[in-house]
Amino acid sequence: MNLFFILAIPLLTAVFILLEPRREQSRLLALVGSALQFVAALMLFFRYRSDLPDAYNPPILYREQFHWYSQWNISWHAGVDGISVAMILLTAFVVLAGVLVSWKVNKMEKSFFFLLMLLSIGAYGFFMSLDLFTMFFFLEIAVIPKYLLIGVWGSGRKEYSANKLALMLMGGSALILVGMLALYFYFPAGERTFDMTLISTREIPADVQRWIFPFIFVGFGVFTALFPFHTWVPDGHSSAPTAGSMFLAGISMKLGGYGCLRAATWLLPEGAQAYSGIIILLATIAIIYGAFATMMQKDLKYINAYSSVSHCGFVILGIGMLTETSITGAVYQMVSHGLMTALFFAVIGMVYERTHTRMVAEMGGLMKAMPFISAVMFIAGLASLGLPGLSGFVAEMTVFMGSWEKQGTLYKLATILACASIVVTAVYVLRAVGGTMMGPMNEQRYGKLGDALWYERWAALILILGILAMGLAPLWLHDLVAPGSEAMMKHFSVAGK
Amino acid sequence: MEFLSGMRTELMVTAVIFILLFIKLGRGMENHTLLAVTQVMLLAASALSFWPQESGSLFGGMFTHGALQGFQKSILLTGTYLVSLLFSDWLRRSPHMTEFLVLMLSSLLGMCFLISSAHLLMFYLSLELTTIPLAAMSNFDLDQKKSSEAAMKLILSSAFSSGILLFGISLVYGATGSLYFPDIAAALGNQHEPLTILMFLLLLSAFAFKMSIVPFHFWTADVYEGSPIPVTAFLSVMSKGAVAFALLTVLYTVFPAQASQWFGMIALLAVATMLIGNLFAIRQDNLKRFLAFSSIAQVGFILVAVSGQQPVSITAVTYFVLVYMFSNLAAFGVAAVLEQPDPLPDDPWVEGIKMGGSEAMPDWMPKPGSGGTQKISDYRGLIKRSPLLTWIMALALFSLAGIPPTAGFFGKIFLLSAGAASQHYWLIIIAALNMIVSLYYYLKIVRVMFMTDPPPHATKLYPDPVVQFGLIICSVGIVLVGLVSWIYDYISSLAH
Repeated sequence: MNLFFILAIPLLTAVFILLEPRREQSRLLALVGSALQFVAALMLFFRYRSDLPDAYNPPILYREQFHWYSQWNISWHAGVDGISVAMILLTAFVVLAGVLVSWKVNKMEKSFFFLLMLLSIGAYGFFMSLDLFTMFFFLEIAVIPKYLLIGVWGSGRKEYSANKLALMLMGGSALILVGMLALYFYFPAGERTFDMTLISTREIPADVQRWIFPFIFVGFGVFTALFPFHTWVPDGHSSAPTAGSMFLAGISMKLGGYGCLRAATWLLPEGAQAYSGIIILLATIAIIYGAFATMMQKDLKYINAYSSVSHCGFVILGIGMLTETSITGAVYQMVSHGLMTALFFAVIGMVYERTHTRMVAEMGGLMKAMPFISAVMFIAGLASLGLPGLSGFVAEMTVFMGSWEKQGTLYKLATILACASIVVTAVYVLRAVGGTMMGPMNEQRYGKLGDALWYERWAALILILGILAMGLAPLWLHDLVAPGSEAMMKHFSVAGK
Repeated sequence: MEFLSGMRTELMVTAVIFILLFIKLGRGMENHTLLAVTQVMLLAASALSFWPQESGSLFGGMFTHGALQGFQKSILLTGTYLVSLLFSDWLRRSPHMTEFLVLMLSSLLGMCFLISSAHLLMFYLSLELTTIPLAAMSNFDLDQKKSSEAAMKLILSSAFSSGILLFGISLVYGATGSLYFPDIAAALGNQHEPLTILMFLLLLSAFAFKMSIVPFHFWTADVYEGSPIPVTAFLSVMSKGAVAFALLTVLYTVFPAQASQWFGMIALLAVATMLIGNLFAIRQDNLKRFLAFSSIAQVGFILVAVSGQQPVSITAVTYFVLVYMFSNLAAFGVAAVLEQPDPLPDDPWVEGIKMGGSEAMPDWMPKPGSGGTQKISDYRGLIKRSPLLTWIMALALFSLAGIPPTAGFFGKIFLLSAGAASQHYWLIIIAALNMIVSLYYYLKIVRVMFMTDPPPHATKLYPDPVVQFGLIICSVGIVLVGLVSWIYDYISSLAH
């Protein structure tokens, strides 16, 4: 399977959208393009599952390498292991749903869909890169579309949020850049490379790892709401248009988590070990703080945005614990969180389009007026609080199990605290969902509102399908991800000695 | 004929100058036709100049030519061609177009000699040939006081810097007894005496003036603001680029052994230049001043690479100047479309306004004689007035800020990498932080263009087809120069 195929689909879609003179056609093109991406991602998934047994170690398949800037030893090196396949699949789900939800965008459609496609190019390219430079390139490609999506099509304090997001993410990128160059120039001339498969086999002294690791980890951490750098998340998510929030929470935050895993932890294992305690501390703070901050929110989008801080804390916790199970759990949590927040944001967008408010206090009893939307919202909420049978349970359980394996009082304490946060999650999810969907309805204001339209139904169904598949049959995902994290850990214990 | 091949670019530019002068002396030509003829000649010249050049020297070693220098000259020549396209509206309207073109090409000629000079006198002469026409060009908005002021500032500051340069040159001659670059380097050897340091400092200050490196940058903003927009564009791209190339030559061939002495100094200058340029750019509401300060900041990034190692730095700087040329010219090109002072009655652009549906002169349009405003607030809601111009401007700004997939990203990264090659990571950290600051103010313009409503009475903008062509060349350059890596590899092969 040629990976560039997956990259070429959104690229061609973007080009076609640019060339198509009729504005209404751009959404159709975007839909066709994202449906093709979806099919291609599914094909990749099934192919990878069947090809896995003859994969080498680390289980990276379908490698392609083009020399790009040969003076700097930069190559366009692509390849996927199970973790990347899972992330690519997640991206395809969210992109398709996002395009469907935006069917009725009525402002500069061409630019809107073009930017969505640009964002998905960045995400796909990022997840399949095995070269640090190319990875960074794709990471940065995704920044500007986010800025414009929020600033132009957003609502509320959109300009402030867009600026904050762009600058904070750029700050993260600057840290990554410094770490990346330091890692590159650490090697003597002639052996310098950005190729991660090569770097991971090299011996890097512990003190070098210890000073480079924070740059790369914190840099990617900014993208995934690492604790003191999470402030862009609530503003950015709540100001973005529906599809923008879905992409931000569903894909963009996962870029950071994946980067922490692939670039920081894989390449600099001793650095990861040295900072493990601090990472876990920050993750625990994010989990607890995020959960309590969510309790205080009155706006549905802010509720979901703050809960994302809390949920992404699990990802970082899983990575910080550095056990095979916890890393697998972190990847699960990325997939699960991507699907369920995308669903939540989609459904918030649908509600907002009808009621023109996002304040929980102003709504109530919407179940009567819009049963389908309400049901979807329940599913999203239950997935978020970790109900067995849905994706959130599988992911969080795995993280906790992995964390418990780690010996040490502090680690146990962090795990217990993280577990306890689930109770808080239940409180705010039930409050939000109950407050909007149940109770008496304001007949005058909401009585005549219609239920979901066809494109909204499809968008929701696709995401629910993903959530259910992961919740009911987690083995599928396990077969995919576990070899990846096993390989990562194997490398880890070798380099750790 | 070594003479013909070695001085190919210079001869072609001179030929164009003479053809223009003969046409002027003869029966003359309509501005329209003459400009088209010039554009074709410049296109042909720049295309020819890309043919790789063999290395050698002329005039007893005063003039050296080689593949890298040839390529650097081609960049400048291409830039001049783009200037003639992008500002053709302004040029056509100018009552003294021929003189302007001749002055511009003379300055270009000076830059070509500057890049090739291997003798300090030759170097001095070509620097003057570069600067004096520029001062005359700055004064070209004849009825504008600001334009005269700009010319005055430019000529005074460059006279001052020439004085410093001459002092430095005389010290060099006194100390080493020669003005040839290789001889000076041999005579200076590995010594770090106070006199050597003083010479080096004086020469560096002269460069700092021309490149507007902090603390020698004070003339920049006023000159950029007062000059007509083509001159500002030419100054900020071509003149800076040429001097940056010359700086590399002088540093790496005349003072190669003093490396340990000057690394710290240049790194310090780089930090100051980036910081001051960025911090002042934030506060500007005039687009020309804004671009002036942002170009100061860009020079700071160039200095980061200069403080690195030799071949890598030369490649990175040359590549960056190429990228910077496309990006900055595109930004100025869009600015020129918005500027448009007092249009003539039969100006096609005025018909464009009428096609837009409004009969009266809109408010936002400068009144006759006002010379056109360049407020950032003029860009309000540009997306609704001209999506093409908006996206090109956004592309140019992203490229200047160093955001992929534009070439500016690669340009910046390679500059920083060249700096990082000498393992001074604190410099890279400061530079990376400066990239965030610069993104902040570039986004300010993007925000105004995309996220605000156009001023009342604003009409659609229809750029002239020639201008549009120039803008599209720039945008294609911004995208392709980065993604297509062989351009960088080619420059690198020339530099080694």
